[in-house]
Amino acid sequence: MEFFKIRRDIPFMRHALVFNIVSFVTFALAVFFLFSRGLHLSVEFTGGTLMEVNYTQAADVGKIRDTVARLGLNDVQVQNFGTSRDVMIRLPAQKGVSTAQQSDTVMAALKAASPDVTLRRTEFVGPQVGEELAQDGLKALAMVVFGIMVYLAFRFEWKYAVAAIIANLHDVIIILGFFAFFQWEFSLAVLAAVLAVLGYSVNESVVIFDRIRENFRRYRKMNTEEIINNAITSTISRTIITHGSTQIMVLSMLLFGGPTLFYFALALTIGILFGIYSSVFVAAAIAMWLGIKREDLIKGPAKKDEDPNDPNAGATV
Amino acid sequence: MNRYPAWKYALIVVVLLIAALYTLPNFFGEAPAVQVSSSKSTVKVDTTTLARVEQALKEANISADGITLEAGSIKARFGDVDTQGKAKDAIQKALTPDAADPAYVVALNLLSRSPAWLTSLNANPMYLGLDLRGGVHFMLQVDMQAALTKRAESLAGDIRLSLREKNIRHGGIARNGQAIEIRFRDSATLTSAKNLIQDQIPDLQMVEAPDGTEYKLTATIKPEAARRIQDQALKQNMVTLHNRINELGVAEPVIQQQGIDRIVVQLPGVQDTAKAKDILGRTATLEMRLVEDSAEARAAESGSGPVPFGSERFFERNGQAVIVKKQVILTGENLTDAQPGFDSQNQQPKVDLTVDAKGGRIMRDTSRENLKKRMAILLFEKGKGEVLTAPVIQGELGNRFQISGSMSVNEASDLALLLRAGSLAAPMDIIEERTIGPTLGAENITKGFHSVSWGFAVIVVFMATYYMLFGLFSGIALAVNLLLLVAVLSMLQATLTLPGMAAMALALGMAIDSNVLINERIREELRNGASPQAAIHAGYERAWATILDSNISTLIAGLALLAFGSGPVRGFAVVHCIGILTSMFSAVFFSRGLVNLWYGRQKKLKTVSIGTVWRPPSEGGLAKS
Repeated sequence: MEFFKIRRDIPFMRHALVFNIVSFVTFALAVFFLFSRGLHLSVEFTGGTLMEVNYTQAADVGKIRDTVARLGLNDVQVQNFGTSRDVMIRLPAQKGVSTAQQSDTVMAALKAASPDVTLRRTEFVGPQVGEELAQDGLKALAMVVFGIMVYLAFRFEWKYAVAAIIANLHDVIIILGFFAFFQWEFSLAVLAAVLAVLGYSVNESVVIFDRIRENFRRYRKMNTEEIINNAITSTISRTIITHGSTQIMVLSMLLFGGPTLFYFALALTIGILFGIYSSVFVAAAIAMWLGIKREDLIKGPAKKDEDPNDPNAGATV
Repeated sequence: MNRYPAWKYALIVVVLLIAALYTLPNFFGEAPAVQVSSSKSTVKVDTTTLARVEQALKEANISADGITLEAGSIKARFGDVDTQGKAKDAIQKALTPDAADPAYVVALNLLSRSPAWLTSLNANPMYLGLDLRGGVHFMLQVDMQAALTKRAESLAGDIRLSLREKNIRHGGIARNGQAIEIRFRDSATLTSAKNLIQDQIPDLQMVEAPDGTEYKLTATIKPEAARRIQDQALKQNMVTLHNRINELGVAEPVIQQQGIDRIVVQLPGVQDTAKAKDILGRTATLEMRLVEDSAEARAAESGSGPVPFGSERFFERNGQAVIVKKQVILTGENLTDAQPGFDSQNQQPKVDLTVDAKGGRIMRDTSRENLKKRMAILLFEKGKGEVLTAPVIQGELGNRFQISGSMSVNEASDLALLLRAGSLAAPMDIIEERTIGPTLGAENITKGFHSVSWGFAVIVVFMATYYMLFGLFSGIALAVNLLLLVAVLSMLQATLTLPGMAAMALALGMAIDSNVLINERIREELRNGASPQAAIHAGYERAWATILDSNISTLIAGLALLAFGSGPVRGFAVVHCIGILTSMFSAVFFSRGLVNLWYGRQKKLKTVSIGTVWRPPSEGGLAKS
């Protein structure tokens, strides 16, 4: 079987400007939603109490909402979670009242309203823990960005590092934009997924950059644009198959992982879809516009003959 | 060209065998078990207890699948839940005849069914996180400021005492937060006081300053001493928590330090948070009282007379009764430290006690008046008192004194631990709390398992159809990767959580990348007209650098998650990082081994089964200039 019967190099870079404008618009929209709507942060970050209750029959969310509201608690969210019989209740952190008391009173009220309710899970996080988690998350993000940039700058050149990191941050911001726009819950697991996407998405850029470097050595007559086109074309089958298999795994998580893994898998899905696109169009195009040249990567006097088995000749795929 | 030397195959075989061995325990599932642990800090579970348990089971005609003694608790496995229940009753009857005052906790538990020879190799199944087995999770924050303030308060008392002993006049000692301020009339007394304090309490650093007509000396705890105090406070709180949680009869509690001032407590299987919190917050108390040594008391001790008025009867660990006065000399509140050591004169084990200034004053007065009498140290747990030790007062005591005599090194360190662990060193707050129901845990396992297995199956089927034999090799390599991943996690005894299972699925999805890179590269070499052997060789060699580059960048992300993540993120990161490392082995080294084994020996290899190698109809292939 062969899906990719490509006769000629696909002129990806000819359309780079169009795609980058599209990219930029998506990016700007994501940033706009992030600021206008904000992320719907989970209890882990904001502090508060989360209760997951289970009914033997389909739960009446409206009734539960009324019951909880009658307790005089403000800003309570009640929603179905997974199935119609599972309900998730979020209570904000309250001063003076311990959250255990909070969950106990809520549970008592729910039991009074309908005795068939069982508590499946409660989670309570103090506001200070939440703040720390948010800070640690930002630190982790900064560490990942910094670490990858240093590594790429060391392995290739700073222009590649900048291009790759812009492309990958683009993916991350777009994931966050989705979460802000749809007000999906942003939990610690989603944060882990976002950071995993950052690492994963760099793979794509690295594979293409590796090929660009090889091409610079091998095809001396091509110009930069042709070299990039050739690099992307010759790696596109691998890019799509790899993404496909990772996507299969993530979809399997989305379908079978249950509600706990749902948003985690969703963040990965978005990240992987945009990851293909961004490494092809955004990373390579930015690298092109930053002016990558043959001379940047090939230091010292150019060798007359290329030895195809030279281990130092750069990676090829 | 594509041949591995014998040692490489040997290495692969050895790695696979070890991996299989350590993965194995995860397949045995769990057997119902009974766990015996001590409910009091004074009772130890050892080989004699083991013998008693075995005896009890024999008498009740119950055969256990295995009885082990480890880490201070006995675990006996049984074939089914029925036997488990009977065994529990039998053991309980034998070990705790007095139900009101049980010395042991006999709890139901689930244990791995893996056979003893695996356990003896340290091959244990992965530990399941709370989200997969259900239970409660608490994060407790220790109030370090309170611990330091408490320490400053007791140091202020010590200073007062020392100054009085040396007849140094001061104009008042006050504690201002964690600083101790001492006023003096003139600078000469200030200097002598300063020298004295420096001599006696090396933990303090002092700053002197004129204050109006007076002189002020401000003493604060040195940073390194403060760190030590905090560290001790945390350790003591953890020991105390351990003792209290034992009372709950929880099978495998987790009590871990997190950061410098936090303790994580996980109680698998416990659903009753209220009770758990009640016990975590309960205090044990330590009391020092004089032993009543009148004739009536002697009689009461041997059981032949009533307990005299104003006294109480308590028991020592060995069952020896001690008649103790009701009047309390000191409580654990006044005890600041207890450390085991050796007597410098006769090299016997001893325990050094330090009490605060108030305690020191009382001790001095009491010891002076009661020379050669016995003083009992009692530990009250769950409202029941027990005599830890009742030494004879040998001389006048100050705020530092020692208990020595007929005890072994172990006994001395146990006693010191008990004395320290009697109460919490600093107050704690619950800052995070999670409860996960047991059914939810079981559901989570199934869901995690399904996501991994379905994804895995689809990928292997796709790879085998798209790359034919090479795809099959990649599939086998992927299975090996899963095996290695589970083996490493089991070896590390990492805690598997739901995010961890997600990371496993993701790691497999990403691990196939390396094989796709290799297979695509081999196809490309073939497309460009390379001979099959050369194509295989070049495919693996050339893809390696790319695989390394892309995996390192992924690893950077994983390590950052590990460094800054907590809870579920950490669980994810551990699996993520290990998955990347094992995938490098399986996708590159192992899969090449398979390919070499299959094709490497054939000198005149005509075709390779790697699916369609499509060539453009016009000569030349991809545009080249």
